[in-house]
Amino acid sequence: MDSVIILSVLDSTLRLSTPLLLACLAGLYAERSGVFDIGIEGKMLFAAFGAGVAATYFQASGVGEWAGLVAAILVGVLAALLHGFASISMRGNQIVSGVAINFLAIGLTALLAKAWYAEGGKTPQLPNEARFQQITLPFADVVQDVPVLGDIYSGLLSGHSLLVYVAFAAVPVTWWVLYRTRFGLRLRAVGENPAAVDTAGISVVQLRYSAVMICGVLSGIAGAYLAIAQSANFAPNMTAGKGFIALAALIFAKWKPVPALGACLLFGFLEAVAIPLQSQPLFGVKVPSQFINALPYVLTVVLLAGFIGKAIPPKAGGVPYVKER
Amino acid sequence: MANPYAKLPRWVDIGLLPAVNVIVGFLVAGLVVVFLGENPWEALKLLVGGALGSGRGLGSTLYFMTSFTFTGLAVAVAFHAGLFNIGGEGQAYIGGLGVALACLALDPYVPWWITFPFAILMGAAFGAAWAAVPAYLQAKRGSHIVITTIMFNFIAASLMVYLLVNWLKPPSSMDPSTRLFSDGGMVPTLRAIWTMFGARLSSPPVNITFFLALASAFGVWLLIWRTKLGYEIRAMGLNPTAAHYAGISTTKITIVTMLISGALAGMLALNTVMGNVGKLTVDFVGGAGFVGIAVALMGRSHPVGVLLAALLFGILYQGGSVLSFQMPAISRDMIIVIQALVILFAGALENLFRPALAAMFAKPPQAVKPAGA
Repeated sequence: MDSVIILSVLDSTLRLSTPLLLACLAGLYAERSGVFDIGIEGKMLFAAFGAGVAATYFQASGVGEWAGLVAAILVGVLAALLHGFASISMRGNQIVSGVAINFLAIGLTALLAKAWYAEGGKTPQLPNEARFQQITLPFADVVQDVPVLGDIYSGLLSGHSLLVYVAFAAVPVTWWVLYRTRFGLRLRAVGENPAAVDTAGISVVQLRYSAVMICGVLSGIAGAYLAIAQSANFAPNMTAGKGFIALAALIFAKWKPVPALGACLLFGFLEAVAIPLQSQPLFGVKVPSQFINALPYVLTVVLLAGFIGKAIPPKAGGVPYVKER
Repeated sequence: MANPYAKLPRWVDIGLLPAVNVIVGFLVAGLVVVFLGENPWEALKLLVGGALGSGRGLGSTLYFMTSFTFTGLAVAVAFHAGLFNIGGEGQAYIGGLGVALACLALDPYVPWWITFPFAILMGAAFGAAWAAVPAYLQAKRGSHIVITTIMFNFIAASLMVYLLVNWLKPPSSMDPSTRLFSDGGMVPTLRAIWTMFGARLSSPPVNITFFLALASAFGVWLLIWRTKLGYEIRAMGLNPTAAHYAGISTTKITIVTMLISGALAGMLALNTVMGNVGKLTVDFVGGAGFVGIAVALMGRSHPVGVLLAALLFGILYQGGSVLSFQMPAISRDMIIVIQALVILFAGALENLFRPALAAMFAKPPQAVKPAGA
């Protein structure tokens, strides 16, 4: 493979990792607070739909992409609040709630899109002005002739939509929030031992709701990226399992933000190479694309089995907290 | 941990409360219909009429019910052991491979009633095998069964596409599916019985696998409430620590329960692959594995409840297609919405109305204590 192919594969790795990374960090906040969330897929899908609808509605006023982003975040938070209500306030089964949200998203978004737009479940194609467009980083045109570094800066790092940079910036921010703020300390504590947090006079319910809402915001951005940055409209089930790959990445990263970046880049890379590998043999062996597609899941199972290190989830994850009276 | 809820009378706990939850789910679904500018009462009439109003409709309803009974029982059995098997979809998909291999191997030589028992065994064995790995990992290595079964659903999907495209598809065909089975690989439909009810249309897809589903439900009831294994499964589901302390091997029960669960899911393929389509196709399960979650939750994991819930979802699936034809605003996606609402209200929000009902029905505390129950 020559450098052009490598560069294009890495470029699409960044693009394909973005929704995974946002969704993975979304899950990180929720699960670190002790609320398991397998409904990220559904939240992303809801958000993608919200983004598609709002961007279509506001496209004439010239702020389509921003309206889309705001709508996506709102919808994501609403879905997250539903999950929070079921699993924090009602002390319901968090897995069941996640499953419900996933199906609600698949059904409701397709149902509404078909009824409103009559385009087989898609929202109308958006013009470029109503989407998040590629941003050329400063000096990208100046340094593009510099060997290697110029290629990396101008060809790889520059020329993505704003949301890609937001996703990658969210990693250090999350690290800082988690390990350098009071909120982060409490968040980690409430996922391990909520009774201790409660004893210290801090509201478990409030902490968990904040975590779940941050999860909604990040899932919302992920959904907006899918509908109005990567594509130009919403399509039924357009998340296509990305929420679950993000979940796998979260386990792979052992619920830590910086490893999450690595895991999402790895899974994004696998997605990016699956397409060229369909036509091009690797070391003389034709790798079936299905094998590459399944690899994130296989790797996660192998990791969960404890063959590559040990993935230990937050101790209080999945357990509703009941205050002793 | 403190139980935050008051004890309810038995009939409220297992009868009224679940009924209220499901009814609220359907009311919310009705609101969605109103929101789309249609009359929910008309929609309901079309739906029920489409599902039960004709011989053909009823035949399709029972066909769907058969599928959902298998997946619902699969989830229910695992629930009794406190395990959440989200992998029914993948187990059914791989079960289809077993069924198809049995049919492809035997159908040129023998009649269907010889193929059928082999297909049952193969479907169940393949489904069980696909559940075995997550089961082993949960039992021995402590990895969360929910996550591993989700991952195995995706792995199954990739594996089956690979097998169909590269190995099982006839070389001349572009369609990623096996060849059509001959009569030796097809179970008969219930047409003969059907004509007695005066149905005139072409043969509805319900087939004799329907009776196998009923028998499986009875078998699950026997297993859970009338055998030592079932007792151990329930004991582990109620309290794994106590079960372990009582000398029950939780490792063994986890694995055995998941094998039974996977086998039940795998048998779904008998109904669809062998009973209706007549070949193995991509994504033939079509979400039935996930419907099983709603069915098991709604049926409170009891075989009778599962059968009733499966019938209800059969009505929804068949009636939903008729409805979407008559009311274009209500597309088939409405079925998934209802499924989600049932999972939400009967599952995740099952405690929503408990305080209200407790205020109405809870026994006064002094009445409970002397009984010692």
